[in-house]
Amino acid sequence: MLRDITIGQYYPADSPLHRLDPRVKIVGTLLYMISLFLPKNLLGYGVAVIFLTSIIWLSKVPVKFIVKGLKPIVVLLMITVLFNLFLTGTGTILWSAGIFKITDEGLRTAVYMAVRLVFLIMGASLMTFTTTPNALTDGLERLLKPLGKIKVPVHEIAMMMSIALRFIPILLEETDKIMKAQIARGADLESGNIIQKAKNMVPILVPLFVSAFRRANDLATAMEARCYYGGEGRTKMKPLIYKNRDYIAYAIMILYVAAVVAAGRFVEFSIWIF
Amino acid sequence: MKLEHVNYIYSQGTAYEKQALKDICLEFPDGEFIGIIGHTGSGKSTLIQHLNGLIKATSGALYYDGKNIYETGYPMKELRSQVGLVFQYPEHQLFEVDVLKDVCFGPKNQGLSEEECIKRAKEALRLVGLKEKYHNQSPFELSGGQKRRAAIAGVLAMHPKILVLDEPTAGLDPKGRDEILDQIAKLHKETEITVVLVSHSMEDVAKYVDRIIVMNHAQVMYNGTPKEVFRHYRELEAVGLAAPQVTYIMQELKKKGMPVSGDVTTIEEAADEIMKAVHIR
Amino acid sequence: MEMIKTENLSFEYEKRDEEGNVIGTHMAVDGVELSIEPGQFIAILGHNGSGKSTLAKHMNAILVPTGGTMWVAGKDTKQDENLLDIRQSAGMVFQNPDNQIIGTVVEEDVGFGPENIGVPTEEIWRRVEESLNAVGMIEYRHHSPNKLSGGQKQRVAIAGVVAMRPKCIVLDEPTAMLDPNGRKEVLKTVKKLHEKEKVTAILITHYMEEVIDADTVIVMDHGKIVMQGTPREIFSRVEELKEYRLDVPQVTMLAYELRKRGLNIPNGILRKEELVKILCQ
Repeated sequence: MLRDITIGQYYPADSPLHRLDPRVKIVGTLLYMISLFLPKNLLGYGVAVIFLTSIIWLSKVPVKFIVKGLKPIVVLLMITVLFNLFLTGTGTILWSAGIFKITDEGLRTAVYMAVRLVFLIMGASLMTFTTTPNALTDGLERLLKPLGKIKVPVHEIAMMMSIALRFIPILLEETDKIMKAQIARGADLESGNIIQKAKNMVPILVPLFVSAFRRANDLATAMEARCYYGGEGRTKMKPLIYKNRDYIAYAIMILYVAAVVAAGRFVEFSIWIF
Repeated sequence: MKLEHVNYIYSQGTAYEKQALKDICLEFPDGEFIGIIGHTGSGKSTLIQHLNGLIKATSGALYYDGKNIYETGYPMKELRSQVGLVFQYPEHQLFEVDVLKDVCFGPKNQGLSEEECIKRAKEALRLVGLKEKYHNQSPFELSGGQKRRAAIAGVLAMHPKILVLDEPTAGLDPKGRDEILDQIAKLHKETEITVVLVSHSMEDVAKYVDRIIVMNHAQVMYNGTPKEVFRHYRELEAVGLAAPQVTYIMQELKKKGMPVSGDVTTIEEAADEIMKAVHIR
Repeated sequence: MEMIKTENLSFEYEKRDEEGNVIGTHMAVDGVELSIEPGQFIAILGHNGSGKSTLAKHMNAILVPTGGTMWVAGKDTKQDENLLDIRQSAGMVFQNPDNQIIGTVVEEDVGFGPENIGVPTEEIWRRVEESLNAVGMIEYRHHSPNKLSGGQKQRVAIAGVVAMRPKCIVLDEPTAMLDPNGRKEVLKTVKKLHEKEKVTAILITHYMEEVIDADTVIVMDHGKIVMQGTPREIFSRVEELKEYRLDVPQVTMLAYELRKRGLNIPNGILRKEELVKILCQ
């Protein structure tokens, strides 16, 4: 069950998207996220759909994989939609029953929010699918380098992130194993109220923390043994150098945002209430 | 315990689909000491997790005491207290403030009274040979071998009828390994419990068990006494396993014309055979 | 110049109670005198807690002696300014394959060490390729370490050390958590590196089968070196080894048993071919 989480994972493939500089992908994802909040009509979102579809196609990541990544946010999505749908009081009433009523404005916000959220997650997971965690942290490290001047330990933060990413699957597997071991000893993880349930987690959390600390300790020793002593004087196996394709990608991103704004804000376009 | 045509398929319907068990038919008679061998990924871990219902077979049936455990309403919790499963590196599941409390965790989950739990815990700790002075220590302060005993005691205290151990000696030194295995063998003799031992070491398996089940590619490859199984040492080698070293020595001697049996799996037997042959000569 | 040399090396640590008060001290390594020439293959044996891992950690200056001195390639490990040189000359591979791989892609992990010591980018790539070739893992260079088997992970860890071009590789129980096939893989890799690249190999283990090809075997107990000699010399002292919680391969044990029963068999048989030859004479 824990293994079903695909969000944040890397999908190995050889695609133009995989080859891009991670900085492009980080900045691009940010721009893309912002772009989702700019349009005021469906046409703007149409541009986003076309863009996302072509990027997914370019990435060679199976659509099934990306859709699977949406699973964990289904609940969040439902709540967002329902809240907007029923609790937006303003606008023309389209349907009502007792205290429940749906207004056109409510419907519109609900649909827009759902689309934004789904697109947001798909776009962000596409970034992690096509970028190795190391490249991602490298990219972040480089992008945040200016912060080093104001004493932000950028290299250390990046290193922590990449280690965390490497150990997530290992710790998930470990959690699975410990859970099974405790169930085999008759532990009941399902029944009871919230407090009971929290108490039932103790036999799982304690061993998990012990193991995480042991691993951290081992890893620290192993890193030291391999001459790691912080970011100073380190060279890079895969230094980040912008290539032509990266500049082209930046240009495409700017064009895309411009297109979204143009279509979504300056073109008169409406279907029914949208 | 009896398995009939058990199949298990991982992540069915996805790209990662993989058959982990293929048409497994096995019996685990009461009181037997059974060894399961097979290399990593042969399906042996999946198999033992079926025995106490942690994994449900995709198809097939598993009978315990004549009842199919996959029938609706079967008391799974009851099954889990009858079939005790000791995972690999079981010391990683210890969590309580002291050893005794940790061993009590299983019995407590079975709904037993405080006194009964403590009684069983103390008995289990005695069975694994962990002295009284350790009972009130934190399990995290024990040595590797002691931790492992404490963890095994945690399962024993539930009074299982079948004890399944997944590589109980992994990572221990030779003496620690012998101690644990001797302890298990003693336990088997004293309590007539059924023991299922999963191991990588042919030497260990040959020394202790009545019957060996060899798993390969999700299937049962051999199922018989150590002698019967290790007679197929060539086939075992072909799938990345091997017979104990003495079996090879005896086969070699036999080939060279020495009047010895090739069906030897322990050092004692080998020495007896060779001495006999030497005296004839 | 010796690769590794110690003079009365001791390491003492304090035992503390829950409040952090010192309640006693423990000598993990106690007056060890060691001299290892370049290009040798040394095996250090000992049960869990015998001090062998503590000694190993000194060779990489992860621990520094509390008494006596250790020199690695002529450099005193107590001097802070020698630290990087020492860690480059003596690389270290640890027991748990999961807890020493830093990279999320095999080749990036191998590049980690060279990155730390400031090797230029093109040179890193060259070294990564060479190292992965040396351990036979080049076809896995783009894989995630999580998807590899235990033996493969350890080979990646070894490549990570090789990429730093050490004169000496210290392997601290690299096979303890592996299955028999993984163990063979790792051992073969170590032997190959020792023979082809002429690196000094120091293998710490409690598996006797792994040390028969070593130039020198050192046995530790209670922080002291208690036995030292060629594998044959060491293996001929079966009784003593048992006292130190170790055991010998089945063939050595069988030869020992036959000798005890009055057969005229020399001491310290290491390989099954030897025994067969002697018995068939």
